Amino acid sequence: MNIGLLNTASIAAIVLTATAGDVLIAAAMRSLGDLDLIRKSRGLPATIFAVVSSPLLFAGIFCMALSFFSLLFALNHGSLSLIAPASASLTFVTNSIAAKLFLKENVDRRRWTAAILVCIGVALMAN
Amino acid sequence: MAPALPPFLFSAKTVSIHAPKSARTITFPRLLVLCSITLCAPFGDTFLDIGMKRLPAISLSHPSSLIGAVLTPWVAGGIALLLVWFGSQISALSWADLSYLLPVTSFGNVIVALLAWRWRHEQISSLRWIGILLITAGVGFVARGPSYTPPPQPVLESAKESAR
Repeated sequence: MNIGLLNTASIAAIVLTATAGDVLIAAAMRSLGDLDLIRKSRGLPATIFAVVSSPLLFAGIFCMALSFFSLLFALNHGSLSLIAPASASLTFVTNSIAAKLFLKENVDRRRWTAAILVCIGVALMAN
Repeated sequence: MAPALPPFLFSAKTVSIHAPKSARTITFPRLLVLCSITLCAPFGDTFLDIGMKRLPAISLSHPSSLIGAVLTPWVAGGIALLLVWFGSQISALSWADLSYLLPVTSFGNVIVALLAWRWRHEQISSLRWIGILLITAGVGFVARGPSYTPPPQPVLESAKESAR
């Protein structure tokens, strides 16, 4: 398989699975509500039980594990200087898009600007 | 058009526990949680890196040697820091938006680069300095805005409120 195509597919797999993981974990926590309030009203054991009994959380952790193994696979074929900055910086942008689409977050101009600045910054820092 | 949220994400049962409007601000304990996320991930990764580099090369034909690696002080410390990071991250996601949290906590990259420059006397190229400036600007931008988007009220609850 063409190395360029393999690198692109690997980076896409890392970014998509990491974004899915972040969104699923965020959705799990939003559906539970503020953990500080739950801890105050029901105590710490009930808070921990509420968190660990969320299926969305485990789906998110599963996606993060897939992302980790995609990263290992990508590093086996491609160079760290390409894979790490590309996947880390693209994840900021895809997370903003997914947060707006699936979590209905208010991703306004301020957050878009921040995501793009951080995306370019991370790419430059990993260079 | 944006797809609708699955109904199990915001059921009437769970919405009642959501924070009141006054609680949706960054208080001092929440700032500590953000600092913990910002610092634990890069330091945890660095600990793992130091620990794994001190070990002899691990072959895939002897995966059991990875278990021994987990028990070494640097790797165990790194795992402990990453566990703190994960706990802080899920706690923060219960009162902050994902699109707020990720840019804000990306400041950890800047801290690690500055520590490497100051303590380990690593060279930072002009491109990396520009990267540090851009991340700092991005964090400054997003940190001045609201941290949380309130979830939509369920139809049943809003109908009850309007009936009162």
